[in-house]
Amino acid sequence: MSLRPDLDVVAAMVHRGRRVLDLGCGDGALLAHLIDERGCDGTGVEISDEGFHACVARGVPVVVADIDQGLDDVEDDAYDVVILSQTLQATHRPALVLQEMMRVGKVGIVSFPNFGHWRLRWSLAARGRMPASRSLPYHWYDTPNIHLCTIRDFETLLAHEDLRTIRRVLLDERGRPLDDYRRRRPNLLAAGAVYMVGPSIP
Amino acid sequence: MLESGASLGPVEVAYETYGTLNADRSNAIYVCHALTGDAHAAGHHGDPDRRGWWDNIIGPGRPVDTDRFFVICSILLGGCQGTTGPSSEDPATGRPYGLGFPLYTVRDLVEVHRALLAHMGIDRLAGAIGGSLGGMQVLQWVIDHPDEISAALVICSSSRLSAQNIAFSAVAREAIMRDPDFQDGDYYGTGRAPDTGLSIARMMAHITYLSEESMREKFGRRLQHGDAPRFDFSVDFQVESYLQHQGESFLKRFDANTYLYMTRVMDYFDAFADPATVGASLEGTSTKFLVVSFDSDWRFDTDHSREIVRQLQSWRVPVTFREIESPWGHDSFLLEIPEYHRTVEAFLDRTADDLGI
Repeated sequence: MSLRPDLDVVAAMVHRGRRVLDLGCGDGALLAHLIDERGCDGTGVEISDEGFHACVARGVPVVVADIDQGLDDVEDDAYDVVILSQTLQATHRPALVLQEMMRVGKVGIVSFPNFGHWRLRWSLAARGRMPASRSLPYHWYDTPNIHLCTIRDFETLLAHEDLRTIRRVLLDERGRPLDDYRRRRPNLLAAGAVYMVGPSIP
Repeated sequence: MLESGASLGPVEVAYETYGTLNADRSNAIYVCHALTGDAHAAGHHGDPDRRGWWDNIIGPGRPVDTDRFFVICSILLGGCQGTTGPSSEDPATGRPYGLGFPLYTVRDLVEVHRALLAHMGIDRLAGAIGGSLGGMQVLQWVIDHPDEISAALVICSSSRLSAQNIAFSAVAREAIMRDPDFQDGDYYGTGRAPDTGLSIARMMAHITYLSEESMREKFGRRLQHGDAPRFDFSVDFQVESYLQHQGESFLKRFDANTYLYMTRVMDYFDAFADPATVGASLEGTSTKFLVVSFDSDWRFDTDHSREIVRQLQSWRVPVTFREIESPWGHDSFLLEIPEYHRTVEAFLDRTADDLGI
């Protein structure tokens, strides 16, 4: 089964045999791929019943928890890689979640939709309505995405949290890596991004 | 030979099975019962009103699906309904063991299960499942034999009792041992048995199996007879009547010495006491765990389950965990709670698919 394009980008950043924690793992598709195809030890954390049962049906180990409450049950540096795939913008406390991610893992992989994308800007400017898009298909009142940010905003948060970018892949509206031309103006032309982050080197 | 170094034998085991063992003997699930359970887990023996204690989860089309799995449930070592225990005859003396029965551990319980399996020609389990003390056996089984079980289901259990848990056990044992009819455990054939102590132990244990909310809902402050309190010390509140009934009916099927031994087994259980050894054993195990707790369970609350999950994860053991909403306290594991059953069913379905059964 082929992965969604943006999950493929995330998966490509995870080396074989790593211990992986996927925060907000949804239906477990990414973890199943990492476990089956890349020999990883993987565990998901998920808050929804549908996600939990989808993971169980796939045979993906999953723990029901609210990551906004922190990861008290997870020991420091317990994982090689901690993934936040399309999850950060749906958390109540993104900064805390990032801190917890770096506490329990050696590196983090974060993917999110870029609210600075020109189409969203245009939609707000021209129509005067909260924008919706392929990756943000909700109304303002029923969206789980309560902490949307732009690429520039995210990099500011990384700096504030003393995190450094190890790798960054910009995504187009279908979640595929962005072409060279559009990479020159990421905050305007990328529909999303995947960051591999680690602690700043002192 | 028991973990303590004492030896015991011969050991008889009473058990029941449900479903059919497949040709390659790969579809067996062991049901480990809790403190006062027995081998009659499912179905009925001609009387549909006397169904097994876990009949709502085991059976054709049920979460532990007997159309797919061959299910075994045996009475634990030290029991009093067919498996060798303190009320059995000691071949050395020709009299019941009483307190001469050696103390044993959860590990010993598991070894007796394994001896039964060897007798049946089964060397690998598709699954093992148990609640409370049953979950402890499942956990110990995987720790000692990490390649024997595909799916380990540990329900509202604990890797070791808290001081509060041990305190409840201690009071229960005191009630039994201070009963004048206890006679140092050598009450068999005297026409007297510590029934008062045993029923008090059972009554108190029952309080810990329910939640405050479920007791409020079930009994409230309702009176047993009419609307006016009697103002005496007889059974006046409905909750009193319920507990008394639980205590009395328990006497018909349970032996006081077995209660002493079984609670002691739980007190001494400490699955992760030696983390280096346990970790070495579990690294690379093929077993997948499902750990379930219930939010209103205060006998073994969710922290007990979280501790199991945290430890297993630290050794890279695949664990699925969730806390189920239920108002019914520790007893929830015996009840038909849709999300709980759905979770067990999904986990075992996946196990069966993986094993091709």
